[in-house]
Amino acid sequence: MKALYEQNQSDVNEAKTEGKGELIPSIKLRHCCLLRNQRCVVAYLYDRLLRIRALRWEYGSVLPTNIRFHMCAEELQWFNQYKKSLANFMRSVGGEEGLDITQDMKPPKSLYIEVRCLKDHGEFEIDDGTIILLKKNSQHFLPRWKCEQLIRQGVLEHVMS
Amino acid sequence: MSDGLSDDDGGDHLLHGGQEDVMTPVELIAKLEEAWLNEKFSPDLLENKSEIVECVMEQLTHMEDNLQRVSKGDMKASVHRMEIDRIRFVLSSYLRSRLQKIEKFFPHVLEKEKSRADGDPSYLSPEEYAFAREYLANTETYLKAVALRHMPPNLQAVDMMKAVPEPCLDSFVFLRVKVRQDNIMVEPETDDQREYVVDLEEGSQHLMRYRTIAPLVSAGAVQLI
Repeated sequence: MKALYEQNQSDVNEAKTEGKGELIPSIKLRHCCLLRNQRCVVAYLYDRLLRIRALRWEYGSVLPTNIRFHMCAEELQWFNQYKKSLANFMRSVGGEEGLDITQDMKPPKSLYIEVRCLKDHGEFEIDDGTIILLKKNSQHFLPRWKCEQLIRQGVLEHVMS
Repeated sequence: MSDGLSDDDGGDHLLHGGQEDVMTPVELIAKLEEAWLNEKFSPDLLENKSEIVECVMEQLTHMEDNLQRVSKGDMKASVHRMEIDRIRFVLSSYLRSRLQKIEKFFPHVLEKEKSRADGDPSYLSPEEYAFAREYLANTETYLKAVALRHMPPNLQAVDMMKAVPEPCLDSFVFLRVKVRQDNIMVEPETDDQREYVVDLEEGSQHLMRYRTIAPLVSAGAVQLI
């Protein structure tokens, strides 16, 4: 792009000083190329941003390291800033604690769901104090709202029989 | 669902709707569902209904407190808990679809908010406005830092209003008429057709371009389905 721009600049200067009208179409052409290149670059970057935003909604606040590896420093900064804005918004919705809108992605069908554990996750405490040990391939019948986060992280799997 | 709510509150069954008229919880939830469906199916960001959101949040906390006091193992507790979950889902979905629209059309949304007159109802709640502004600043900083500063001097700014597409107001939506409307002007789509008027009967369902019925949606005369 720089090369195109420099060529254009030299032509513009020439056209201005010497009054050569015939250089103008080539200047216009190069300008159009520059604009198109700018659009392509910005479109690519914006698309990446949209995907990163989708990651926040899918994975939650902490990104897996292999994904983080693919992002550059400015993208990480954008992600952190977006996280902060979103958290501020959620906190401010009605009441003192706010509402976590990244939960409840699908309409609730039943209170308790059958889940199978895909990885070892250690101990997990539910509302009435009982502690469940999440070992690989163990099945449990747990309250839905507790499991949603873990299902999205891939630790639990919803079993529909 | 409405039985559970009116059962639950006991003496506290009247809520202020923010405009001197009291609403029962049943009406409040009906209004929330209406706002939710309208927001989901409209291509544009609709008016902000923050008073409904606040009232519903109050209701939810109230119901959860009630639930804590009831003994466990009681059948009604699980029914009420389902209800709380459902209401929370509707509220979350409503807020999510608004946020998604804000993020998709952020420069236009901010422009609309800046250019509205003082008397008009606002499209964005203060928190949503802050979110939209932060999103714009964030994206601009990112683009500048990664690409634009390497570009030639006359191309270092990107006009967001032109770069981000506008909401498509001509998309078709399904609607149900709640209040009878006469003489709605429908504009022609092709040059051969002429514009014509339709009368919308109460209770009838139609498929129309959003642009034609947009003011009716904000007035509450039609419901998008």
